[in-house]
Amino acid sequence: MDKKLGVYVCSGCGIGECVDPERLAAIATDEYHVSVVRTSPAFCLEDVQLIRDDVAREGVDAVVVAACSPRVKTDVFSFPSASVERVNLREQVAWSHPPGEEETQSLAGDSLRMGITRAQKTRLPTPYTEANERSVLVIGGGVAGMTAALGAARAGVRAILVEKTPRLGGFAARLWRQIPTRPPYRELEEPGVGALISEVASEPGIETLTGAEVQRISGQPGRFEVTIRRDGELTSATVGAIVLATGWRPFEAPALERYGLGGSPNVITNVTLEEMARTGTLNRPSDGKTVKTVAIVQCDGAGDEANIQYSGSVSSLVSLKHAMYVRERCPDAVVYVTYRDMQTPGPFEYFYKSVQEDPGVLFTRGNVTQVSEDGTGGLVVELADSPLGGGVRLAVDLVVLATGMAPVPPDSEGLGLEYLQGKGLPLSKYGFADSNFLCFPYETRRTGIYSAGCVRKPMDLAAAARDGSAAALKAIQVIEKSSAGAAVHPRVGDLSYPSFFLQNCTMCGRCSQECPFGAIELTPGKNTPFVLTNRCRRCGTCMGACPVQIISFDDHSVDMVASMIKAVEIPEGDEEKPRILVLACENDAYPALDMAGIDRLQLPASLRIIPVRCLGSVNAITAVDAFSRGFDGVLLLGCRSGDDYQCHFIRGSELLATRMQNVRETLNRLMLEPERAKVMDVEISGFDRLPERLDEFVAQIKGLGLNPMKGF
Amino acid sequence: MRSSPVPQGVAAEAAPSVYRGILVVGGGIAGITAAVEAAEAGYEVYLVEKGPSLGGRVAQLAKYFPKLCPPYCGLEINFQRIKKEPRIRVFTLADVDRIEGRPGSFEVTVTLRPRRVNDRCTACDACAAVCPVDRPNEFNFGMGTTKAIYLPHEMAFPMEYVIDDKACLGSECAKCVDACRYGAIDLTAESRTLSLKVGAVVMATGWRPYDAARIDNLGFGKYPNVITNVMLERLAAPNGPTRGKILRPSDGGPVRSAAFIQCAGSRDVNHLGYCSSICCLASLKEVTYLRQQDPSAKAYIFYIDLRTPTYAEFAQKVLSDPNVSVMKGKVASVLEDPQTKCLMVEAEDILRAEKITLTVDLVVLATGMVPSLEGAKLDAGVKLDGGSFVVPGDSGAGIFAAGCARSPVDVATATQEGTAAALQAIGAIQGAARR
Repeated sequence: MDKKLGVYVCSGCGIGECVDPERLAAIATDEYHVSVVRTSPAFCLEDVQLIRDDVAREGVDAVVVAACSPRVKTDVFSFPSASVERVNLREQVAWSHPPGEEETQSLAGDSLRMGITRAQKTRLPTPYTEANERSVLVIGGGVAGMTAALGAARAGVRAILVEKTPRLGGFAARLWRQIPTRPPYRELEEPGVGALISEVASEPGIETLTGAEVQRISGQPGRFEVTIRRDGELTSATVGAIVLATGWRPFEAPALERYGLGGSPNVITNVTLEEMARTGTLNRPSDGKTVKTVAIVQCDGAGDEANIQYSGSVSSLVSLKHAMYVRERCPDAVVYVTYRDMQTPGPFEYFYKSVQEDPGVLFTRGNVTQVSEDGTGGLVVELADSPLGGGVRLAVDLVVLATGMAPVPPDSEGLGLEYLQGKGLPLSKYGFADSNFLCFPYETRRTGIYSAGCVRKPMDLAAAARDGSAAALKAIQVIEKSSAGAAVHPRVGDLSYPSFFLQNCTMCGRCSQECPFGAIELTPGKNTPFVLTNRCRRCGTCMGACPVQIISFDDHSVDMVASMIKAVEIPEGDEEKPRILVLACENDAYPALDMAGIDRLQLPASLRIIPVRCLGSVNAITAVDAFSRGFDGVLLLGCRSGDDYQCHFIRGSELLATRMQNVRETLNRLMLEPERAKVMDVEISGFDRLPERLDEFVAQIKGLGLNPMKGF
Repeated sequence: MRSSPVPQGVAAEAAPSVYRGILVVGGGIAGITAAVEAAEAGYEVYLVEKGPSLGGRVAQLAKYFPKLCPPYCGLEINFQRIKKEPRIRVFTLADVDRIEGRPGSFEVTVTLRPRRVNDRCTACDACAAVCPVDRPNEFNFGMGTTKAIYLPHEMAFPMEYVIDDKACLGSECAKCVDACRYGAIDLTAESRTLSLKVGAVVMATGWRPYDAARIDNLGFGKYPNVITNVMLERLAAPNGPTRGKILRPSDGGPVRSAAFIQCAGSRDVNHLGYCSSICCLASLKEVTYLRQQDPSAKAYIFYIDLRTPTYAEFAQKVLSDPNVSVMKGKVASVLEDPQTKCLMVEAEDILRAEKITLTVDLVVLATGMVPSLEGAKLDAGVKLDGGSFVVPGDSGAGIFAAGCARSPVDVATATQEGTAAALQAIGAIQGAARR
């Protein structure tokens, strides 16, 4: 059971000129009694063979490479049967500290001690796997959903497509024409939805259930148990992943009343006009008269509450289309399009231009202040802030309001998740299925459930189709990864997962509440936690949350961090040598520290840095441990929280900040200054300011004086 | 990630003549996304990038709108995913010369230009320390210099130095060869040709900024204090030529006022007929850089339509700043005061129906996006529209486009399209295997 360590101290890239590698090797030999200890001028080159040989022939199963950052040479320092611990002597020691100084040597020594300790404590994770279902449930039979189902089926993964109405097509089936999708982007096109419906019908890999609704979903990626209600009957299915494509609904709010909606029958929305165009009657609703003048109102005035703040470009494009409808059906009619800013990005500019060429369509810039009836069935649209100076009045037969797209709330329709954390997907501010990430738009907080189309954000049909494809790929991917017990984004391939030492569990349930992904459920009746590993994204937030520290991973635990803290040598009574424990988010703060090194910026030598999966994984006890071991300060480097949070585990730094309140109270009780512990937002690109900010914290700690508990 | 050894196509299980590999052309955010998403679903990927490192245009940006978060954050995650993923092979300094075939079976010819630094490089910087040649830093759009042997930037992936052939003095100098302790430099390395067999292709070739010097009346190239939006990103980036300070290029002086001119090239039949989609939001974002740096600085935005789809709230927030003004109207001219090097911007304010002249320290042109395929020789059954964007439906079966190769898009859309194209590529391979 005992591990056999091999410690490899590299002197390349300036490490040997900065610190004494032999003294470091001696730490491994003398303090830790490691039998295999080697040095080399460059372990990443030919000498990597020495490590490979030790693993193959000497039985080394825990390799400690004290060289460059774990972010480089990853493929070189990879030995399949051994765990690998990287001690960052290059970027975070040699490249960022003065050479030949005792404090620099001491930093290198402590880094090695922490690395060896970690290597001793870590275990190669054994994945948890269970029977896996290679199929995708797609909820919503519109363009996004149908494309997702087709995409999955064509990639070899069976799809079940559930649509609540009697037929497929979604909103697209209600269109008369669609906006141009191809050069020269001037002509309206026949809606392509009919073809898509037939493709779905003839695809053997898709089982379509119309008039059906998903009632309940339990389980986890690879094995979701789904209950579907159809014709009053309940059926069940097991699927590997889920695509949520429940679409949008027209945004109709009381704020539209000021445009006359609901007042005059001749004020309609763009949805009604589409319906009229499709059924063939473009007449004035009040008296059936042919329309001669139409105002299409963009509702996009300054601070206009009638327009949703997250509106995309669809309503502008639809207005252009509708102007064409009117002109086609009623060639004598004049169409006014009132707008503040026409949203016609990319090639849609050509579409805009082509409509502008029509002398019967007049674009009128301004803010619509009022729409009123003229008493004879006509309407008057009043605009302010027009470029023509002052107000403009337009007398028209029909007013079409270009309303925006609101998401069908995914919590009320479609999911029914049997998760402690709730039935639906967590939502963003405006009610869309939550993904806060520009780089990773499909990362919802319910692993294995991916949103696509207008339930995710407003988009046109072509984009919804692409979105369906993309979500289908994410669904296939989660099936693939979960079959091997491996995590998906962002810790892709991680095989570790939390385990619980239940004898000591106080059944407080905090782990299940704080898990950003709803991966931890409580056993009914007993209230003890259990993890659904394929939901788990391995951030360790549960580990940080647990007040009695019973949660650990094979390769990461509170105990491991505590042991690493213990491994650091604390100088006694030297005011110039404070020691500060730094727990740094491995995705942002840690690379920022590396980049400071790459730029040869100088960092304080009093920091002892431990990378963590997320600040959310830091348990409050760790900070208390550090102070009781004699550390003078604790610094927690993590990502920005709040509305525009950057934490890839959603609330890691925010949760930690709350936990630190308790730590500060503990410090108070211990007669220690609470400002010795600090949470700092560090962006990955904020490396330039790191030296200044870290120096400032060190100076502050020096100002407070040494930790009086040192040596106890 | 596996680097280099020349791979042979891996056949799909069922049909031996069908290759399961996917070629992704372009290592920007759309291409990286397509590559990792396809590989993590179990497919072999060849990611071919023409530059020395991955990341593309986003690596040059200081922040993304609307979150104002750093692009490196997502790149770091993606690079970690590539490092862990044995199914992805990355080729940098590589050009795709030819793509021929049909879904399930494409033959691709790739030229690998010599980096002249091999994978023994540890990025220790000893070579650059002795290199006698300075060259303009193209990553910073020519602002500042690097040595002829250089690391593209701090986040460069792969983390390896590269030699600029045009600047390097060659074997007569060879100081770097002597300085390198690791035998990583080979000044005689030649181009190599590689042929790959793949089942589908994703074109994610991205964009370049429109050449602003072609717009006569806006003074770019004539006046040093007229810069482009992408240059401003570099000035604002912590690893840019001014270490994140927005300064006047003419004298390094402070920027107390700046005019942001929208549609510099875009929506103009004489230049780019289309809208570049992202520039309005990018300028609003760039306004925040300036405002954050100097609480008294003033920003003026000249625009035709303020296009802020999906992110109107962000726009409102920036525009609620009393030091930020917007003016609807085309700029007639930008002239320089030869003494102060300040710029006089003459424009028509359409809403107030008056001519205005503003004097500012800096002019930032919102130059549009030109697809990188414009003028490219690549003959691959890839059909381009008049603006040189890929027309997906008309391109050969089994070839899919994503990101700015297809149309001007923001990052969130580029990642969406990269993911979608990956699935389409997989579908094409599986479809071929079934036939």
